[in-house]
Amino acid sequence: MRVVIAFASGLLFGAGLLVSHMADPAKVLNFLDVARRWDPSLAFVMGGGLIVTSLAFALARRRARPLVGSGFPVLPRHGITMRLTAGASLFGVGWGLIGLCPGPALVALPLDPARVAVFVIAMLAGLWGARLEQYGFKWNRAAIHKAMKLLTQTKSRA
Amino acid sequence: MLLPPPVPTPFTPVLALAGGLMIGASAGLLWIGIGRIAGISGIAGGLIERAERDWRLAFVFGLLLAGLFARMLGIAPTIHLSGSVPLLAFAGLLVGCGTALGGGCTSGHGICGLSRAAPRSIVATLVFMVVAATVVFFTRTFGGS
Repeated sequence: MRVVIAFASGLLFGAGLLVSHMADPAKVLNFLDVARRWDPSLAFVMGGGLIVTSLAFALARRRARPLVGSGFPVLPRHGITMRLTAGASLFGVGWGLIGLCPGPALVALPLDPARVAVFVIAMLAGLWGARLEQYGFKWNRAAIHKAMKLLTQTKSRA
Repeated sequence: MLLPPPVPTPFTPVLALAGGLMIGASAGLLWIGIGRIAGISGIAGGLIERAERDWRLAFVFGLLLAGLFARMLGIAPTIHLSGSVPLLAFAGLLVGCGTALGGGCTSGHGICGLSRAAPRSIVATLVFMVVAATVVFFTRTFGGS
């Protein structure tokens, strides 16, 4: 059941990104280009998203648990750290360079596979690499050597 | 590194609002349905963890399938993605590392975080919006395209 709900949610999320044309990086870059070709559409996407999601959160507060599962997790509210702002800044640079963020990148993958795949593979490497580091994994020379060896092995096998 | 040339786009408030409502409904469904946040960077990043992989995979599969269906039906918007391969890879790496460190992207911090008025998400959203707008300003001023 959990999987069915998550699948439906992903499908709906993707449909929303397509209907609003947010999967097109040009729309996003023109929203960010406030001084010249400003296209405010993204603000309306955010607005629509915020209305429904706020209602859903309000509705969920009246419930002890989600439809499936034992309870709602406690989400962090504060904790405005260097890590948060530095991460958001790095993300902002990447987003501003190309106009793709994680959701639109995945939706656009089947639409322009050759180009989007480059972005998505690099994005996953960044996401997973940073996560490994959070688990205490050290990116030293030996680890990089091992990773490279693994990569070349899978390549030669394929 | 070749920068993407600007492509003019029309302002589409109705479609934008409609799509936004759908995205909101999706995030609401995931929270009320299974008590999970529809943050794409968290979902995609969490795929390396064995626990919780089932629903994350299903969500990502849904996202990909939405694009695939739109393409098969011929109703997908044009993806104006330009820029050289090194630039695409560099931007992707920044987006991946940045959202992993910052704990969220446009969906997790932007939609879900703002909806529950979490101060850390408000700060993160302001930071990535301002930084991205600044980057666009500079690339379109000095990018030569």
